[in-house]
Amino acid sequence: MTQKVEVVRKILDSNDRLAAGNQARLDDMNVFSLNLMASPGAGKTSLILQTLSHLPPEIKVGVVEGDTAPVTIDADKIAEQGAPVVQINTGGQCHLDAVLLELGLNQLPLEDLNLVIVENVGNLICPASFKLGTHANVLVASIPEGDDKPYKYPNIYRGLDVLVINKIDLLPYLDFRMDYFKQGVEMLNPGLQIFEVSCKTGEGIPAWIDWLKAHIPAKAQAAKE
Amino acid sequence: MHELAVTESILEIATQEAAARAASKVTDIYLSLGQLSSIVDESVQFYWDVISQGTLAEGAQLHFTHIPARLRCKDCGTEFDLTEELTPCPSCQSIALEIIQGEEFQVDAIEILDEVINDPKS
Repeated sequence: MTQKVEVVRKILDSNDRLAAGNQARLDDMNVFSLNLMASPGAGKTSLILQTLSHLPPEIKVGVVEGDTAPVTIDADKIAEQGAPVVQINTGGQCHLDAVLLELGLNQLPLEDLNLVIVENVGNLICPASFKLGTHANVLVASIPEGDDKPYKYPNIYRGLDVLVINKIDLLPYLDFRMDYFKQGVEMLNPGLQIFEVSCKTGEGIPAWIDWLKAHIPAKAQAAKE
Repeated sequence: MHELAVTESILEIATQEAAARAASKVTDIYLSLGQLSSIVDESVQFYWDVISQGTLAEGAQLHFTHIPARLRCKDCGTEFDLTEELTPCPSCQSIALEIIQGEEFQVDAIEILDEVINDPKS
Protein backbone atom coordinates (compact mmCIF):
# COMPACT_ATOMS: atom_id res chain seq x y z
CA MET A 1 0.00 0.00 0.00
CA THR A 2 1.23 3.41 -0.83
CA GLN A 3 0.13 6.51 0.97
CA LYS A 4 0.30 10.07 -0.26
CA VAL A 5 1.46 12.50 2.38
CA GLU A 6 1.43 16.27 2.19
CA VAL A 7 4.87 17.74 2.61
CA VAL A 8 4.74 21.32 1.28
CA ARG A 9 8.34 22.35 1.64
CA LYS A 10 10.18 24.91 -0.42
CA ILE A 11 12.67 23.08 -2.59
CA LEU A 12 15.55 25.28 -1.48
CA ASP A 13 14.51 25.12 2.14
CA SER A 14 17.85 23.91 3.48
CA ASN A 15 19.77 26.59 1.56
CA ASP A 16 17.40 29.23 2.96
CA ARG A 17 18.07 28.02 6.51
CA LEU A 18 21.82 28.19 6.03
CA ALA A 19 21.39 31.66 4.53
CA ALA A 20 19.55 32.78 7.66
CA GLY A 21 22.50 31.48 9.68
CA ASN A 22 24.93 33.51 7.59
CA GLN A 23 22.88 36.64 8.16
CA ALA A 24 22.71 36.08 11.92
CA ARG A 25 26.48 35.71 11.97
CA LEU A 26 26.99 38.96 10.04
CA ASP A 27 24.48 40.75 12.28
CA ASP A 28 26.34 39.58 15.39
CA MET A 29 29.45 41.26 14.02
CA ASN A 30 27.59 44.40 12.87
CA VAL A 31 28.67 43.75 9.31
CA PHE A 32 26.50 44.93 6.41
CA SER A 33 26.66 42.72 3.32
CA LEU A 34 25.86 42.84 -0.38
CA ASN A 35 25.18 40.07 -2.87
CA LEU A 36 26.38 41.58 -6.12
CA MET A 37 24.87 39.89 -9.16
CA ALA A 38 25.13 40.60 -12.89
CA SER A 39 25.75 39.03 -16.25
CA PRO A 40 29.42 38.54 -17.14
CA GLY A 41 31.05 41.83 -18.06
CA ALA A 42 28.42 44.16 -16.59
CA GLY A 43 30.93 45.66 -14.17
CA LYS A 44 30.66 43.88 -10.84
CA THR A 45 34.38 44.00 -10.17
CA SER A 46 34.59 47.59 -11.45
CA LEU A 47 31.82 48.62 -9.05
CA ILE A 48 33.67 46.93 -6.18
CA LEU A 49 36.88 48.75 -7.09
CA GLN A 50 35.05 52.10 -7.29
CA THR A 51 33.36 51.38 -3.98
CA LEU A 52 36.66 50.54 -2.29
CA SER A 53 38.28 53.74 -3.51
CA HIS A 54 35.34 55.99 -2.53
CA LEU A 55 34.50 54.67 0.93
CA PRO A 56 36.26 56.46 3.78
CA PRO A 57 39.23 54.53 5.18
CA GLU A 58 37.52 53.84 8.51
CA ILE A 59 35.01 51.59 6.74
CA LYS A 60 36.71 48.24 6.39
CA VAL A 61 35.55 46.07 3.52
CA GLY A 62 36.02 42.36 2.86
CA VAL A 63 35.23 40.77 -0.48
CA VAL A 64 34.13 37.25 -1.39
CA GLU A 65 34.79 36.51 -5.05
CA GLY A 66 32.69 33.78 -6.61
CA ASP A 67 34.16 32.33 -9.75
CA THR A 68 33.41 29.21 -11.72
CA ALA A 69 37.08 28.53 -12.38
CA PRO A 70 40.24 28.99 -10.31
CA VAL A 71 41.11 32.22 -12.11
CA THR A 72 42.15 34.97 -9.69
CA ILE A 73 41.95 37.97 -12.07
CA ASP A 74 39.16 39.65 -10.10
CA ALA A 75 40.52 38.73 -6.67
CA ASP A 76 43.96 40.06 -7.60
CA LYS A 77 42.55 43.47 -8.61
CA ILE A 78 40.77 43.76 -5.27
CA ALA A 79 43.74 42.58 -3.23
CA GLU A 80 45.79 45.32 -4.91
CA GLN A 81 43.50 47.84 -3.20
CA GLY A 82 44.34 46.29 0.15
CA ALA A 83 40.98 44.72 0.96
CA PRO A 84 40.89 41.21 2.39
CA VAL A 85 39.55 39.02 -0.40
CA VAL A 86 38.55 35.38 -0.49
CA GLN A 87 38.18 33.53 -3.74
CA ILE A 88 35.46 30.88 -3.81
CA ASN A 89 35.73 28.55 -6.74
CA THR A 90 32.32 27.00 -7.45
CA GLY A 91 33.84 24.20 -9.53
CA GLY A 92 31.75 25.07 -12.56
CA GLN A 93 28.54 25.63 -10.63
CA CYS A 94 26.68 28.64 -12.02
CA HIS A 95 25.94 30.41 -8.72
CA LEU A 96 27.05 30.83 -5.14
CA ASP A 97 24.88 29.30 -2.44
CA ALA A 98 24.66 29.70 1.30
CA VAL A 99 27.15 26.88 1.98
CA LEU A 100 29.79 28.45 -0.23
CA LEU A 101 29.28 31.85 1.37
CA GLU A 102 29.67 30.29 4.81
CA LEU A 103 33.03 28.90 3.69
CA GLY A 104 33.98 32.33 2.40
CA LEU A 105 32.98 34.10 5.61
CA ASN A 106 35.10 31.63 7.58
CA GLN A 107 38.15 33.05 5.86
CA LEU A 108 37.40 36.73 6.46
CA PRO A 109 38.29 38.71 9.62
CA LEU A 110 34.63 39.63 10.26
CA GLU A 111 35.40 41.17 13.64
CA ASP A 112 37.43 43.87 11.86
CA LEU A 113 35.02 44.51 8.99
CA ASN A 114 32.08 46.86 8.43
CA LEU A 115 31.02 45.63 5.01
CA VAL A 116 31.25 42.36 3.09
CA ILE A 117 30.70 42.46 -0.65
CA VAL A 118 29.99 39.11 -2.28
CA GLU A 119 30.61 39.02 -6.00
CA ASN A 120 28.35 36.29 -7.31
CA VAL A 121 29.01 34.29 -10.48
CA GLY A 122 28.20 36.24 -13.64
CA ASN A 123 24.77 34.91 -14.55
CA LEU A 124 21.23 36.34 -14.58
CA ILE A 125 19.35 33.12 -13.90
CA CYS A 126 20.77 30.89 -11.20
CA PRO A 127 21.93 33.37 -8.54
CA ALA A 128 18.35 34.67 -8.31
CA SER A 129 17.16 31.42 -6.75
CA PHE A 130 19.82 30.92 -4.08
CA LYS A 131 19.71 33.14 -1.05
CA LEU A 132 23.09 33.76 0.54
CA GLY A 133 22.04 35.51 3.71
CA THR A 134 23.41 38.89 2.65
CA HIS A 135 21.47 42.02 3.61
CA ALA A 136 20.91 43.45 0.16
CA ASN A 137 20.65 41.90 -3.28
CA VAL A 138 22.23 44.24 -5.79
CA LEU A 139 22.13 43.78 -9.55
CA VAL A 140 24.57 45.54 -11.85
CA ALA A 141 22.89 45.96 -15.24
CA SER A 142 24.87 47.62 -18.01
CA ILE A 143 23.81 49.63 -21.03
CA PRO A 144 25.46 47.38 -23.69
CA GLU A 145 23.45 44.37 -22.47
CA GLY A 146 20.32 45.95 -23.90
CA ASP A 147 17.11 47.39 -22.48
CA ASP A 148 15.12 44.15 -22.63
CA LYS A 149 16.78 42.34 -19.74
CA PRO A 150 14.02 42.87 -17.12
CA TYR A 151 11.59 41.34 -19.61
CA LYS A 152 13.82 38.36 -20.34
CA TYR A 153 15.06 37.68 -16.80
CA PRO A 154 12.17 38.71 -14.57
CA ASN A 155 13.13 36.44 -11.70
CA ILE A 156 16.38 38.19 -10.84
CA TYR A 157 14.69 41.63 -10.86
CA ARG A 158 12.01 40.39 -8.46
CA GLY A 159 14.39 39.76 -5.58
CA LEU A 160 16.44 42.96 -5.78
CA ASP A 161 16.94 45.64 -3.17
CA VAL A 162 19.10 47.86 -5.36
CA LEU A 163 19.72 48.16 -9.10
CA VAL A 164 22.90 49.78 -10.35
CA ILE A 165 22.78 50.69 -14.04
CA ASN A 166 26.39 50.84 -15.17
CA LYS A 167 28.16 52.21 -18.26
CA ILE A 168 25.79 55.16 -18.68
CA ASP A 169 28.65 56.93 -20.46
CA LEU A 170 27.80 54.66 -23.42
CA LEU A 171 24.18 55.83 -23.71
CA PRO A 172 24.90 58.24 -26.60
CA TYR A 173 26.34 55.42 -28.68
CA LEU A 174 23.76 52.67 -28.14
CA ASP A 175 20.02 52.22 -28.72
CA PHE A 176 19.14 51.72 -25.09
CA ARG A 177 15.63 52.94 -24.22
CA MET A 178 15.94 53.87 -20.55
CA ASP A 179 12.16 54.40 -20.22
CA TYR A 180 11.39 50.94 -21.55
CA PHE A 181 14.04 49.37 -19.32
CA LYS A 182 12.81 51.16 -16.19
CA GLN A 183 9.17 50.37 -17.00
CA GLY A 184 10.04 46.65 -16.95
CA VAL A 185 11.86 47.08 -13.65
CA GLU A 186 8.93 49.00 -12.12
CA MET A 187 6.42 46.31 -13.15
CA LEU A 188 8.51 43.61 -11.46
CA ASN A 189 9.82 45.47 -8.45
CA PRO A 190 7.88 48.67 -7.71
CA GLY A 191 9.85 51.51 -6.20
CA LEU A 192 13.20 49.72 -6.53
CA GLN A 193 16.19 51.88 -5.54
CA ILE A 194 18.12 52.61 -8.74
CA PHE A 195 21.53 54.22 -9.25
CA GLU A 196 22.78 55.21 -12.69
CA VAL A 197 26.55 55.14 -12.77
CA SER A 198 29.63 54.88 -14.91
CA CYS A 199 32.41 52.95 -13.22
CA LYS A 200 34.67 54.27 -16.00
CA THR A 201 34.09 58.00 -15.44
CA GLY A 202 32.93 57.83 -11.82
CA GLU A 203 29.63 59.53 -12.65
CA GLY A 204 26.87 58.62 -10.20
CA ILE A 205 29.18 56.76 -7.83
CA PRO A 206 28.81 59.28 -4.95
CA ALA A 207 25.05 58.62 -4.68
CA TRP A 208 25.71 54.87 -4.48
CA ILE A 209 28.36 55.44 -1.82
CA ASP A 210 25.96 57.61 0.21
CA TRP A 211 23.32 54.87 0.12
CA LEU A 212 25.91 52.31 1.20
CA LYS A 213 27.24 54.44 4.06
CA ALA A 214 23.71 54.97 5.33
CA HIS A 215 23.27 51.20 5.60
CA ILE A 216 26.54 50.29 7.29
CA PRO A 217 25.94 50.05 11.02
CA ALA A 218 28.35 51.54 13.49
CA LYS A 219 30.67 48.85 14.77
CA ALA A 220 29.54 48.16 18.31
CA GLN A 221 32.30 47.77 20.83
CA ALA A 222 30.61 44.68 22.15
CA ALA A 223 31.18 42.86 18.88
CA LYS A 224 34.88 43.60 18.99
CA GLU A 225 35.43 42.42 22.52
CA MET B 1 21.65 25.52 -15.21
CA HIS B 2 21.12 24.97 -11.52
CA GLU B 3 18.95 21.91 -11.95
CA LEU B 4 21.50 19.62 -10.29
CA ALA B 5 21.42 21.62 -7.05
CA VAL B 6 17.64 21.76 -7.23
CA THR B 7 17.37 18.01 -7.83
CA GLU B 8 19.65 17.31 -4.89
CA SER B 9 17.38 19.40 -2.68
CA ILE B 10 14.29 17.51 -3.89
CA LEU B 11 16.02 14.22 -3.07
CA GLU B 12 16.99 15.48 0.38
CA ILE B 13 13.42 16.54 1.17
CA ALA B 14 11.92 13.28 -0.14
CA THR B 15 14.30 11.02 1.76
CA GLN B 16 14.04 13.05 4.98
CA GLU B 17 10.25 13.02 4.92
CA ALA B 18 10.14 9.30 4.08
CA ALA B 19 12.60 8.41 6.83
CA ALA B 20 10.63 10.47 9.35
CA ARG B 21 7.64 8.28 8.56
CA ALA B 22 9.67 5.03 8.57
CA ALA B 23 8.72 4.42 4.94
CA SER B 24 10.59 1.79 2.98
CA LYS B 25 10.29 3.52 -0.36
CA VAL B 26 9.21 6.73 -2.06
CA THR B 27 7.19 5.95 -5.18
CA ASP B 28 6.05 9.41 -6.31
CA ILE B 29 7.00 13.03 -5.74
CA TYR B 30 4.67 15.93 -6.53
CA LEU B 31 6.26 19.26 -7.32
CA SER B 32 4.84 22.72 -7.99
CA LEU B 33 6.98 24.88 -10.22
CA GLY B 34 5.99 28.42 -11.01
CA GLN B 35 6.73 29.77 -14.46
CA LEU B 36 9.15 32.28 -12.96
CA SER B 37 11.29 29.60 -11.31
CA SER B 38 13.26 28.90 -14.53
CA ILE B 39 13.50 25.14 -14.13
CA VAL B 40 13.53 22.61 -16.97
CA ASP B 41 11.68 19.36 -16.18
CA GLU B 42 13.79 17.23 -18.47
CA SER B 43 16.99 18.29 -16.72
CA VAL B 44 15.58 17.59 -13.28
CA GLN B 45 14.40 14.16 -14.49
CA PHE B 46 17.81 13.45 -16.01
CA TYR B 47 19.67 14.26 -12.79
CA TRP B 48 17.02 12.47 -10.75
CA ASP B 49 17.59 9.17 -12.51
CA VAL B 50 21.29 9.42 -11.64
CA ILE B 51 21.33 10.79 -8.10
CA SER B 52 18.35 8.89 -6.67
CA GLN B 53 20.07 5.54 -7.24
CA GLY B 54 20.64 3.63 -4.03
CA THR B 55 18.32 5.87 -2.00
CA LEU B 56 14.82 5.37 -0.60
CA ALA B 57 13.56 7.40 -3.51
CA GLU B 58 15.28 5.47 -6.29
CA GLY B 59 13.07 5.31 -9.36
CA ALA B 60 10.33 7.48 -7.86
CA GLN B 61 8.07 9.11 -10.42
CA LEU B 62 8.36 12.90 -10.52
CA HIS B 63 5.11 14.77 -11.18
CA PHE B 64 5.51 18.38 -12.25
CA THR B 65 2.68 20.86 -11.87
CA HIS B 66 3.43 24.03 -13.77
CA ILE B 67 1.87 27.20 -12.52
CA PRO B 68 1.61 30.07 -14.98
CA ALA B 69 2.73 33.51 -13.89
CA ARG B 70 -0.27 35.72 -13.17
CA LEU B 71 -0.37 39.45 -12.50
CA ARG B 72 -2.92 41.78 -10.99
CA CYS B 73 -3.21 45.45 -11.82
CA LYS B 74 -3.13 47.51 -8.64
CA ASP B 75 -5.08 50.32 -10.31
CA CYS B 76 -8.04 48.55 -11.95
CA GLY B 77 -7.81 45.02 -10.52
CA THR B 78 -7.56 43.25 -13.88
CA GLU B 79 -5.77 39.90 -13.64
CA PHE B 80 -3.81 38.54 -16.56
CA ASP B 81 -1.36 35.74 -17.32
CA LEU B 82 2.21 36.43 -18.34
CA THR B 83 2.29 34.63 -21.65
CA GLU B 84 5.00 36.29 -23.67
CA GLU B 85 6.67 39.59 -22.86
CA LEU B 86 5.79 41.37 -19.64
CA THR B 87 3.37 44.18 -20.56
CA PRO B 88 1.47 46.91 -18.73
CA CYS B 89 -2.12 46.16 -17.70
CA PRO B 90 -4.11 45.21 -20.84
CA SER B 91 -7.17 47.13 -19.55
CA CYS B 92 -5.78 50.42 -18.28
CA GLN B 93 -2.07 50.37 -19.29
CA SER B 94 -0.95 50.85 -15.69
CA ILE B 95 2.49 49.57 -14.76
CA ALA B 96 1.53 49.22 -11.08
CA LEU B 97 1.35 45.44 -11.07
CA GLU B 98 1.79 42.68 -8.58
CA ILE B 99 2.74 39.10 -9.29
CA ILE B 100 0.15 36.93 -7.60
CA GLN B 101 1.20 33.53 -8.90
CA GLY B 102 4.07 31.85 -10.68
CA GLU B 103 6.89 31.95 -8.14
CA GLU B 104 6.04 28.61 -6.51
CA PHE B 105 8.95 26.28 -6.05
CA GLN B 106 8.05 23.49 -3.71
CA VAL B 107 7.57 19.81 -2.97
CA ASP B 108 3.83 19.43 -2.34
CA ALA B 109 3.57 15.75 -1.44
CA ILE B 110 5.28 12.39 -1.62
CA GLU B 111 3.80 8.95 -2.00
CA ILE B 112 5.43 6.35 0.24
CA LEU B 113 5.27 2.61 0.84
CA ASP B 114 4.84 0.87 4.21
CA GLU B 115 4.00 3.82 6.36
CA VAL B 116 4.17 2.75 9.96
CA ILE B 117 1.38 4.34 11.95
CA ASN B 118 2.30 5.03 15.59
CA ASP B 119 1.28 1.77 17.18
CA PRO B 120 1.48 1.62 20.98
CA LYS B 121 2.06 -2.18 20.78
CA SER B 122 5.25 -1.86 18.76
